[in-house]
Amino acid sequence: MRILKFLLQKEFKQIFRNRSILTMILMMPVVQLLIMPLAADYEIKNIHIALVDLDKSPYAEDLQEAILASGYFISVGDFNSFEEANQAFEKGTADLILEIPAHFEKEIIDFKKTSLNISANAINGVKATVGSAYLNQVINRFAQKLQANISGGIQVESLNWYNPFLNYQAFMVPGILVLLVTMVGVYMTSLNIVKEKEVGTIEQINVSPIKKYHFILGKLIPFLIIGFFVFSLGLFGVARLVYGIVPIGSILALYSFLFLYLIAVLGIGMMLSTYAETQQQAMSLAFFIMMIFILMGGLFTAVESMPEWAQWVAALNPVTYFIEVVRLVVLKGSGFKDLLPQFGIIALMAIISNSWAILNYRKTT
Amino acid sequence: MEVVIKAEKLSKAFGDFIATNAISFEVYKGEIFGFLGANGAGKTTAIRMLCGLSKPSSGEATIAGFDIYRETESIKKNIGYMSQKFSLYEDLTVAENLRFYGGIYGLGRKELKEASEAVIKNLGLEQERKKLVSSLPLGWKQKLAFSVAIMHEPKLVFLDEPTGGVDPVTRRQFWDLIHQAAARGITVFVTTHYMDEAEYCDRISMMVDGEMKALDTPRNLKKQFGVDSMDAVFYEMARGAKRSD
Amino acid sequence: MKQFIIFIRKEFWHVFRDPKTMLLLFGMPIAQIVLFGFALTNEIKNVNIAIVDQSGDWAAQELIQKIQANRSFSQGLLLNSEAEVEEAFRQGKVKVAVMIPPNFGLDRRRTEGSQIQIIADASDPNTATTLTNYATAIIQDYQKSDLLPGQGPLQIETQTRMIYNPELKGATNFVPGVMALVLFLVGVLMTSVSIVREKETGTMEVLLVSPFNPILVIIAKAVPYFFLSLVNLTVILILSVLLMDMEIAGSLGLLYLSSALLILTALSLGLLISNSTASQQTAMLISLMAMLLPTVMLTGFMFPLENMPWPLQVISNIVPSKWYYIIVQAIMIKGQGLASVWREMLVLMGMTTVFLTLSIRKFKTRLA
Repeated sequence: MRILKFLLQKEFKQIFRNRSILTMILMMPVVQLLIMPLAADYEIKNIHIALVDLDKSPYAEDLQEAILASGYFISVGDFNSFEEANQAFEKGTADLILEIPAHFEKEIIDFKKTSLNISANAINGVKATVGSAYLNQVINRFAQKLQANISGGIQVESLNWYNPFLNYQAFMVPGILVLLVTMVGVYMTSLNIVKEKEVGTIEQINVSPIKKYHFILGKLIPFLIIGFFVFSLGLFGVARLVYGIVPIGSILALYSFLFLYLIAVLGIGMMLSTYAETQQQAMSLAFFIMMIFILMGGLFTAVESMPEWAQWVAALNPVTYFIEVVRLVVLKGSGFKDLLPQFGIIALMAIISNSWAILNYRKTT
Repeated sequence: MEVVIKAEKLSKAFGDFIATNAISFEVYKGEIFGFLGANGAGKTTAIRMLCGLSKPSSGEATIAGFDIYRETESIKKNIGYMSQKFSLYEDLTVAENLRFYGGIYGLGRKELKEASEAVIKNLGLEQERKKLVSSLPLGWKQKLAFSVAIMHEPKLVFLDEPTGGVDPVTRRQFWDLIHQAAARGITVFVTTHYMDEAEYCDRISMMVDGEMKALDTPRNLKKQFGVDSMDAVFYEMARGAKRSD
Repeated sequence: MKQFIIFIRKEFWHVFRDPKTMLLLFGMPIAQIVLFGFALTNEIKNVNIAIVDQSGDWAAQELIQKIQANRSFSQGLLLNSEAEVEEAFRQGKVKVAVMIPPNFGLDRRRTEGSQIQIIADASDPNTATTLTNYATAIIQDYQKSDLLPGQGPLQIETQTRMIYNPELKGATNFVPGVMALVLFLVGVLMTSVSIVREKETGTMEVLLVSPFNPILVIIAKAVPYFFLSLVNLTVILILSVLLMDMEIAGSLGLLYLSSALLILTALSLGLLISNSTASQQTAMLISLMAMLLPTVMLTGFMFPLENMPWPLQVISNIVPSKWYYIIVQAIMIKGQGLASVWREMLVLMGMTTVFLTLSIRKFKTRLA
């Protein structure tokens, strides 16, 4: 215990002495959490639509009115043919083209099949899918309304639970916070240990009677505390005060998970450091892992939609679970009972990554 | 005489390359044992094995009576080590480094304080105790590193080229520290390639191409080769060497 | 000039003598392009749907079968109450639920009709909207097949065509994005430590006392990484054509030229970071912590830039990979030529000049 005390004192002194790094670990997450969620907004409001109305009937007029009234679309003008509208595509001024065919109204009234053509500029898949989905939605409502005039039939009412106003920030802020905390954890531990290797102080420690687990704990605890601090700063400082996001689930469950998660992630940082001799190698490794963690964590694209092998990669990614847990707790009010599987997996990961680090950290060569 | 290091046919190979080839020797308590050889002769490899930083490929050795295969942790309590690379924390102050290294060797609160004070006083670092180590001149850092290595009063201290890059005056002072330690009964195992330093040792061993070619007092060695300086002895021995730098 | 070559040779040695870093330099882009090219997609499929059938009649059964047969949803989970739906949501088991009301079979024939609720877990708004649409479409489909004679159906169909990327391949969007990310970040990362590392180990002083223009010392640092990045680019392109079925619609030469430009921008930014910091750790934290997330998010391949609030649109302009992403899209996918990308290329050139000038100035003041 006494030895651990000396190790901790030393780590904290070093951390607090290096002001520029300390400010960076604390400020960078805060600043990024303030700014980045604003960028992460899939809700697409100003979709530029080019309208080609070949029917010019009251129904066609109604439909166009309904589209523009939905609030998602801005008309870039009425065109007389698809070819004309296509020019707006090529210039990049339009995202969607809607073509209403001739005899649109007549076919509807005759109960014949009428077909609207939507063309989307699909280089940006997000905008194309979401844009055409919105447009389909509006058209469906329009059709439903017409149908309801004839028969009672089935009406569909849709409810959005947990986030009725479809607020993207509520979705992104907790997720981005997870990424930032992960980065702090992985980078700091891996670089810190490799630096001792590079400078040579680790040799001095290796010839001393310090036990492996002392050394590992001495590194783990300070970064665990920093991780807790950064997370709380983000959750209560930025998410709550700036974005007004208040966790509705169990904070205790959230922090218990954070504890296990940080141990797992710091363990990964340490494991990386055992494979690197120089800070440059550690950094390249950490960068590689972090890219995968970030892009495969289910924050930006849904894990369910990935091919099966990629879902396995995501299943090995601790970030996936923490993002899930943060969302479950913050937005849906989940508690311990709901989170048991995630707790089990992250505890397993913590054990594996740390055992790996300890086994691979040799005091001898 | 009490034997502190006993090595028998100690070898270490890295693949095909035999860095240290079956060296055998004994080092006695309180002795200053010089471990000489050209660069690449296998000195650092040998020292790392003896400290428990590296596992030998074959051979036997005991340090302070402990086996270097099975009892490395006990060995570590009884030795001090100062590596070629500078091994203090540059971003900690003089006092903090002393406190840390003393602490991890398990010194009690009172011992730690006394030992730190003694080092600071002995080195005349009263003014610098709160300065970062990075701001000290190299010579002072080396002396401090040595003092740190023997702060817990080990039976034996390993010094791997401790005086690299320091001026002659500082080197002289450094050797004064070594003699002080030896007088307290600490055995000193030192590698160097400054031949004038070899003269300060009680006994000297010479490594050539991973093998131990000579082991005796400086005086006997000079007599044996019929020369009047260690420099000349070294030159005579190293002439046959295949590896250097 | 001869000396310059000597310096460059030394820098190459540094790089090649470190096999681990080499492995990462080459392995990383390959792994990432394959992984992300295949794995990332904006399509939403295989989502778990819950169905609560409060009527239990055959009409409901028919509808349930239709939902279960749809490929957007993996097999529907049958639940008994809204409370159970809530529990499933909280455990993250399902993301959308369809509530079929009591007397569904009878009510749907009456004039007031029957009302089906679709409840979406909107904590992920994008998925929620898309899933609600999918579910609505299934129900409407059912309704059409269910009408009595004389009631229609009113059939308004939509046919959606995805122009430029008909199969809506994730790769079309993500390959240029990952290219921009990898080329840019790896370049910054590698050079950002180069100079500060020599400062830390003390070898910088040796170089500075040599009778050699110190500015060339800086430039020599970047040369190996420049060539390595071009090799990386080639590997990435080969992989995306062979593995990802991407086509390079435009001029390959122009693509290389603009890539070389981005690499130069990245390297000069790295040098600037290296010249402005005192330790490797600081340099790395800047290039890793401060740059990774903003580059991922502001390049434009994850989130449409025009959709962001204006301050972020302004900020995105200083992200070099954003400009490169526009160029790559234009050349690789739309097959456009120099005429449509020269502005972006000028921007990258301007950035390179600024970074390089600043880092040389920083370097000089350090000498003075």
